[in-house]
Order: sequence, then C-alpha cells, then structure tokens
Amino acid sequence: MNAAVGAIGVLDLQGGVQEHLDHLQRIGVVGRPVKRAAELADLAGLIIPGGESTCLSRLLAIFGLDDAIRQAYDNGLKLWGTCAGAILLARENIGETPFLGLMDIAISRNAFGSQLDSFSGEALAPAVACQPIPLTFIRAPKITRIGDSVRVLLQVDDYVAAAEDDQILVTVFHPELTPSLAFHRYFARKCGLKVAAADDAALDPDWTPQSWTRFSYHV
Amino acid sequence: MAENRYLLNAQLAQMLKGGVIMDVVNVEQAQIAQEAGAVAVMALERVPADIRKQGGVARMSDPGLIKAIKAAVTIPVMAKARIGHFVEAQILQALKIDYIDESEVLTPADEECHIDKSRFEIPFVCGARNLGEAVRRIAEGAAMIRTKGEAGTGNVVEAVRHMRTMNREIRQLAMMPVEEIMSFAKLNGIPYELALEVKKLGRLPVVNFAAGGIATPADAALMMQLGCDGVFVGSGIFKSGDPARYARAIVKATAYHDDPAKLLEVSMDLGEPMPGLDVATMPGAERLAGRGW
Repeated sequence: MNAAVGAIGVLDLQGGVQEHLDHLQRIGVVGRPVKRAAELADLAGLIIPGGESTCLSRLLAIFGLDDAIRQAYDNGLKLWGTCAGAILLARENIGETPFLGLMDIAISRNAFGSQLDSFSGEALAPAVACQPIPLTFIRAPKITRIGDSVRVLLQVDDYVAAAEDDQILVTVFHPELTPSLAFHRYFARKCGLKVAAADDAALDPDWTPQSWTRFSYHV
Repeated sequence: MAENRYLLNAQLAQMLKGGVIMDVVNVEQAQIAQEAGAVAVMALERVPADIRKQGGVARMSDPGLIKAIKAAVTIPVMAKARIGHFVEAQILQALKIDYIDESEVLTPADEECHIDKSRFEIPFVCGARNLGEAVRRIAEGAAMIRTKGEAGTGNVVEAVRHMRTMNREIRQLAMMPVEEIMSFAKLNGIPYELALEVKKLGRLPVVNFAAGGIATPADAALMMQLGCDGVFVGSGIFKSGDPARYARAIVKATAYHDDPAKLLEVSMDLGEPMPGLDVATMPGAERLAGRGW
C-alpha cells in the first residue's frame, strides 16, 4: 500500500528540490528525490518543484519520466506542482504547448514581469490554515481559468493562486521558500499520510532562508 | 535594498539550481538555448572567446540587443556590467532584466571597488576564485556566486581550481575552533559574521554555480560533482560544431551529473567541441580571473 510506505517524492531534475525535502522532513514525512522512473514506485505523492518549466519539460521527456508520471497518476499517485510544476500539470498553457496536461486549468507563465516584479505577502487560504500564511511569488505564473473538477484554494485579485482537484494540488507561489509548513501538511494529508497534529498556521521557528543547504552539497 | 528583496533575489537563484545558464549573442541563439532547456540566458554582444581574441575594452552590451533577447524568451535574462561600473548596473536595472553579472569578463571600470550591490533592487551574481572573494561579494550584496574559472578558454582547469579552493577553505573553517576564526577571517579578507555562517552551514549561504571554461557535458558534470549548484556555459555552446546538440547534452549532463551511464549516452557523437586554450602558458595579463578585488 502506498500510504504504508508513506514517502513523498520530489522530482529532482532542476529547481527547488532541497527546499521541499527540508519542509517534508519538518512535518515528519520521508522525502525522496526522484530522478528515474523506477523511483516513482511506492510513493504516496510526488512534488514537481519550482524551476524553469521549459528545462523541466525537456528533461522529463528525454528519459521517459513524463510517461512514467502519467502512468503513476493513472494508478492513483497524488501530485503537487509549485510554480513551474503547476505549469507542467496544466491542461492549457497560454501561448505555449501544454506538457503533462493532467489538470483542467489554464495557466499563464511568468505573468507578473521580471524578477523586479517578484514579491511576497500573506493571505488566508481557509481550507489549508485558519490564519493567514506567508506567500512568495518568484516570476510566478497565474491560473486564469479552472475547470468544473477543480476547486479554488486561494484567489488573489484576478487570478487563482492555489487550486486542487481530487488528485492534484497546484500553487503558483512557493510555500517551500517560507517558514510555513501548512501546504506541505495539506498535501501530505491529501496523500493519505498521517502528519502530526499542529497549528497549520504556525510558522516553524527553526526554519531559516538557508535551511535548504542541509540537503545540498556541503563539506 | 530591503531584506525582503534580497531574499527574493537569492531565492530566484535557488530556482535555477541544477540548471545551465547559456551565453547568447542574438535572438536566434537565445531561442536555441531556451529550446534546449537552459534555465536562463546571459545576453551579450560577444562571447568570452571572441572578447579574448579581439582585445580592447569590453563593456556592457548595447541595451537594444539585451531588450530584443528579453522579448524573445520567457526564461530569465541576465546581462553583464563591468566590475565597479555602477552606472552600467543602473541602466541594466532600468531595463528590468532578471539578474546582473558583475563580471571580470568585461574590462574592469574600477580597480579597487566593486559595485555596492546592496543599493540595487535587482539581483547580482559575482565571480570568485576562493572563499574570501565569494564572501566579500556576498557582503556587498551579491545574491548568487559563481566560480570565475578562465572564461573563453574551453579549459575547465581554473574552474576546478576555484571550486576546490573554496571547498578546501570551507572545510578548514568547518573544523576550526571558534577562537581561530577571527584570525582566519583577517587573513582571507572574510567578514567575521559571514565566516561564522559559512562554518555553520558547511557551504556558502547562497547558490554557487560553476563558470569559466566549461565546454563539454563531462565538464559540466565534473563541476556538479565537485559541489556546484549549477553551471554557466559561455563560449562552449555557440563556439562548438553543433550548438543545439551541445546545449541539450550539457543540460542533460548537469541534471544527471551523478549517473555515468546517462553521461555516456549524452556524450556520444557530439561533434567538435569549442577549440581550447592552454591556461598554463597564458601570459598573466590575458588571464581574466585576476580581475576583482
């Protein structure tokens, strides 16, 4: 049984991999980097991290990981795409060819402008936590349309920033770049994992902006 | 720069980890780079191999060229300013590119001072040959570091030297009792607080890419296995016999840097790499890595 194994994979081709591994460890879930199709076996869920979506799509296609992810999805694997990951999961990618196309949303990539338009703030996503949580948007996309099967988790101005259907979660922002563990807990529960009871809105006091380096090369 | 802006800038570099940043000199090359899976492009008029050949003063590229490249791709666009030339940096910030490389590949505008990067909203990446240089640039506000290597040579030896030097110095720091750190910081020109942070983390507190002489997929994987977070390729792609192919191969080799079977697959039948230069016999004045203080 997937849930019995209880690991959540993080697609480890390019981008914010270590940041997600750090957050998964903080909520007591085993995180596993995934580079090869065989590593998808026995996962309860898979996170497709932020990075560059064109780069990720090329790398997914080269060694057949895209088909392996589609097959694992058909077999019930839960998926969470953050930023570039959300772009890869969208059925409609405005101005570009959709890639995995597994979720009925339209997404517009790099919808805010250049790095000078990247920003952070906070907002309330009631289904995820009862208090506002910090949000970090880096050259972020916007979800501009959602299908009937999709529920909005966070609406900001004219766009959807977080949404889910029965099997997929997408966020255009980066919870893994903040001290908030709320979305990681939310996804772990969606994957059928038991995570320690905690105030989901509480920030992890031990997290720092350098916490990801624990999972990177160090001497 | 507000603390929050600096954090966002360091975090953009985090999103580039595991990727390849490619030098491009026109719109067509930028599109080839993006199509091949580059995580960003460095827009410039001449790649380092040509700057080296043509000599003279190398300056910031024409903003018109950078603007055209920015319009042609959706991935982040970087551009180079001369060391210490804060007005070139102001112009690049006004152009709203994504990252500035304060680069020794261009002719320095100031032989004492680097740009005070903390006064800018836009992120900077800077080159370093050792831990001291890297940490001084971070103290000035750089949100990302790269090795200097020796640009435009197609010879990876200097990038390897710089990464090994940084790792060796970080290892020394990590093993050192606290009372020795002030003296180590003084000798190496490292701000004390940052020396403590590097000791605690066992690495630089920001993303550190390889740059300067990377010409083949194996070079890229070598730098990744030495602990770099990603790779810049300057002349190596568009001075090779088949740029699109080289670009794709280097992207794959960077992602699968720890998988020799895949490295074998991507290294096969690539055609001619860029021509290389021997750094050991190069006169000191031709070495770009010595620029920066």
